[in-house]
Amino acid sequence: MKAPQFAYRAPRSIKEAVTALAESEGMGKILAGGQSLVPTMNFRLARPDMLIDINRISELDFARPENGKLRIGALTRHAAFERPFFEGPLARLLADVVQHIAHVPIRTRGTFTGSLAHADPASEWCLVACTLDAEMVAHSLEGERIIPAAEYFVTTLTTALTENELLVEARLPLLDDSWKHGFCEFNRRAGDFALSMSLVALKIENGRIAEARIGIGGVEDKPVRAPDAEAYLIGKTGEAADRVEAARLASEGIQPMDDMHAPADYRRDLTRAMVRRALERALAR
Amino acid sequence: MNYIGRSVKRLEDLPLITGRGRFAADISFPNQVYMRVVRSPFAHGKLGPIDLSEALAQEGVVAIWTGKDVVDIPHIGFRLTKLADLEPYRQTILAQDRVRYVGEPIAVVFAESQAQAEDAAEVVFAEIDDLPVVIRAIDPVGEFLPGRTTEASVVRKAYGDIDDAFRRAAHVIELELYVGRHSGIPMETRGAIARFDESRQVLEMHGAAKVPHWNRATISKLLGLPLEGMHLYEGHVGGGFGIRGEVYPEDVLTCLAALRLKRPVKWIEDRKEHLLAANHSRDQHHRIRAAIDENGFILGIDDDFFTDQGGYVRTHAATVTDLACAMLPGPYVIPAYRAAGHIRLTNKTPAGTYRAPGRYETTFVRERLLDAVGHKVGIDPIEVRRRNLIPLDKIPFARGLDTLGTEVTYDSGDYFGLMDQALQRVGYEDMKKAAAERRAKGELVGIGVGYFVEKSGLGPMDEVDISVDEDGHVRVITGVASIGQGVETSMAQICAERLGASIDKITVIHGQTDLIGHGMGAFASRVTVMTGSAIYIGAGQLRERALQAAASLLQVPEAELEIDEGVISRKGQVPGPSVTLGDVVRALRPGSTLLNGNDPGLKTVAQFTADHMTYPYGFHIGQVRIDPETCGIEIEKYLVAYDIGKSINPMLVEGQLVGGACQGIGGALYEQFVYDEQGQPLATSFMDYVMPTITEMPWVDTLVREDAPSPLNPLGVKGAGEGGTNAVGATLAGAIDEALQMPGAITSLPVGPATIYNLLKKKRAA
Ligand SMILES: Cc1cc2nc3c(=O)[nH]c(=O)nc-3n(C[C@H](O)[C@H](O)[C@H](O)COP(=O)(O)OP(=O)(O)OC[C@H]3O[C@@H](n4cnc5c(N)ncnc54)[C@H](O)[C@@H]3O)c2cc1C
Repeated sequence: MKAPQFAYRAPRSIKEAVTALAESEGMGKILAGGQSLVPTMNFRLARPDMLIDINRISELDFARPENGKLRIGALTRHAAFERPFFEGPLARLLADVVQHIAHVPIRTRGTFTGSLAHADPASEWCLVACTLDAEMVAHSLEGERIIPAAEYFVTTLTTALTENELLVEARLPLLDDSWKHGFCEFNRRAGDFALSMSLVALKIENGRIAEARIGIGGVEDKPVRAPDAEAYLIGKTGEAADRVEAARLASEGIQPMDDMHAPADYRRDLTRAMVRRALERALAR
Repeated sequence: MNYIGRSVKRLEDLPLITGRGRFAADISFPNQVYMRVVRSPFAHGKLGPIDLSEALAQEGVVAIWTGKDVVDIPHIGFRLTKLADLEPYRQTILAQDRVRYVGEPIAVVFAESQAQAEDAAEVVFAEIDDLPVVIRAIDPVGEFLPGRTTEASVVRKAYGDIDDAFRRAAHVIELELYVGRHSGIPMETRGAIARFDESRQVLEMHGAAKVPHWNRATISKLLGLPLEGMHLYEGHVGGGFGIRGEVYPEDVLTCLAALRLKRPVKWIEDRKEHLLAANHSRDQHHRIRAAIDENGFILGIDDDFFTDQGGYVRTHAATVTDLACAMLPGPYVIPAYRAAGHIRLTNKTPAGTYRAPGRYETTFVRERLLDAVGHKVGIDPIEVRRRNLIPLDKIPFARGLDTLGTEVTYDSGDYFGLMDQALQRVGYEDMKKAAAERRAKGELVGIGVGYFVEKSGLGPMDEVDISVDEDGHVRVITGVASIGQGVETSMAQICAERLGASIDKITVIHGQTDLIGHGMGAFASRVTVMTGSAIYIGAGQLRERALQAAASLLQVPEAELEIDEGVISRKGQVPGPSVTLGDVVRALRPGSTLLNGNDPGLKTVAQFTADHMTYPYGFHIGQVRIDPETCGIEIEKYLVAYDIGKSINPMLVEGQLVGGACQGIGGALYEQFVYDEQGQPLATSFMDYVMPTITEMPWVDTLVREDAPSPLNPLGVKGAGEGGTNAVGATLAGAIDEALQMPGAITSLPVGPATIYNLLKKKRAA
């Protein structure tokens, strides 16, 4: 359980960090909270030649609403979201979701953007980014690049980030008060990666659903949306029959993985329940 | 003062809860080298040349050994239930010409640091030619060695006329049942630190646990050392559960290296290694038939079962299979019985004992059978058990079987009584009604029960050495081990009460082979029965000697004296003239006129011997709720009722039962070492080997009774270690069946959401 040898850098600025990344010629890795990277190195499944520790880059340490977006800097830990630090439905959504990520010690180190960079298919933050159409802000020696969520997630542990890019920030749309959210996940033990989960955000106008966002995680190789179910809900009140039908549509649109913890057909039916329950929770708010 | 029967707080806890524990990894010696084991990546193959050139060239490497460097070291032998049949299946400390499981040691690297050892181990390359694998014990037997099959032995036990039972049967019930592969996963992984002390010419091994004396004898013999040339030392131990503290290849390698390299050698197992290399357990497949009459009385049981032994037979030899054969009949009459336990080698990690070995499995099998019998004749799970329980007037009950070299005789017990009290405790009739009402409303709720007889207090002998010093401090040297179960506290309680000393002045020593010549260690729920009784006897002797001496010192007849908290005075006369235990020791210095031909001081070596084990028993009842959509199982209620004969420390007993139940739940619902068809283990980290945590644990209620003290020891005590684990699989299986309204649905453990999903699908299709 000792990692292979590596060189270690602790840059003080984004500039220094991306320079180090470029110099490592693809063999360097960013060290953020270390909650995924360090275990994989100790198991010798990851063997970067160089670790570029971003924890001392103070310009990455911020999280604030600005111009209709929540800007989450790369040193924002999971635990920052446990108590809402700004007003509105998005703060409540994040506070709700964060409780399902791992355990307290991991939440105090792991970072929001680290989860996005790691891109585990069952990551809650990846599901949030997918469902709310987040924007990922990446820096390299070539400058800044903004990647929309729809293009960002590629497959298991793979994103659109290049090996020279540092994810400096993620931006989530601040939801106005007409939005309600619901989240539901199932795992065998509290804190484990979910076997299936769903995040729902609904914009309600005059008692009807004006906009629907339904995300599903832990089921395919990356978080996915349920476009048929989203379209179906527009104009509906969200009564029981609507929820059941939306959940059915969502579960039929997925291609679930099959592994030793959950066979594919089980994951599909489980997803139907997760979407329906997430809708129920959203509408009960 | 009365100490026995009180929930005295654990004397051993202060260093543990203040971060000053001394576990194996905390022990280091100057100039030590670190050992790293290179393990087979294949499940079965011919071992070809091993290329060490790259590894030897790495920085910090001191030495690397392969099988040929240790050919002179014999196989590791058997500690219990030795069968000659099994000897060809013993493991060598490094693979010689075949590998038989993923994780088998094939080479070992010694280096100046842990990281260097791991770096070098990674570039040791062995050529291994695949051989066909056997993955399940019920698969066709394969070849272990040319001319030797993978069926090492068959353990057979029987009594009564089984053929006649089946001839007279109104019904025959046949079940095929399986308990999955899981094991004890102590918080502390294994570890060994060995060094040769040139000044004493003694090889020391630190990090010992469970059975230090046996391990000392075994390792010294394997290494060709005289017994006096080796000692083992136990520090804090982070859990045992049967698997920790046996002699494993790594222990012998560490000791051998200390001799050969002439430097201290440290080996600390990592978690992945632990899941691959320490004993697995359970993994038993039963084909059971029962002959019953029209009322649900069992006339006879015929069981054919298969123990998946894994790649080798380790120190436990036939123990698990033997216990399974002997303990399967449980608390029921069962006039005729026949069992055949096949010990089958497979290409998985070798298996041994784990908390309630052979009983967790057979209680699952027997209680599944009882549920099936009840269903067959249309009676309640409680009624079918009542019809088969051994009545009070048949106790002591000679089972007609033997195990671990002793006859199975249930020494005391009121089986009807305990079940009735348990049912009353949970309000069974109301509980049943409420569950039925909830089911009528569409909920999936069910209740299950499991009854069992445990065994404890394996002899033949335990010895203690008790002495009081001139300050009145009492030192109790035992030959047992403390694997976290509270040995120091309960042993001190017995000594304090019996001797009349203050518990604060008692030190209990365990696991130090240089302080006491004999010791059987801590396993099979034996410590409190055997060592506790020896302390009871020894402390009683010292009490008498102290009173005799005090009678002379105080000029008061012995019969009028009492001793309490280390102070001897005239009964009922406090304050008044008195002497302390320390005063007595001073008065009994060598040459004292008070000695009357006795040895000086207050010290004794006392023994307790037992030819028979003592048999506690218990009854579990649990209620589960299943979520029909997520297929998650929630345990809503759980009770462990247990008759312990005499409870030395109720808090510790309760802790044993609740902790044991947690492990039982793990085996029933979560934990499994899954293998693929090539014999590759799929559960090699805590991501995939799913253990229940505090968030999954239900509130476990306990009902500890002392209705049937053991007649076999002076305290009347029976063991507490395994009763919490024993019947959990059985109980939850019954509860899940009822929740699903599918009698007999659960035939295999563990039950995860995927199992429930498939059962519900089957039910909807029907
Ligand atoms: C026991 C356990 C349970 C867990 N359970 C969950 C769970 O239920 N849900 C969940 O979502 N997660 C879970 N996790 C993972 C945890 O949330 C991690 O913290 C997270 O996945 C990674 O964030 P980090 O900051 O620790 O990243 P690190 O571990 O430091 O890095 C992870 C990867 O991302 C890269 N990286 C990190 N930051 C950046 C950046 N700014 N730019 C470019 N690349 C970057 C690293 O190079 C590395 O490849 C669990 C972890 C453990 C150990």
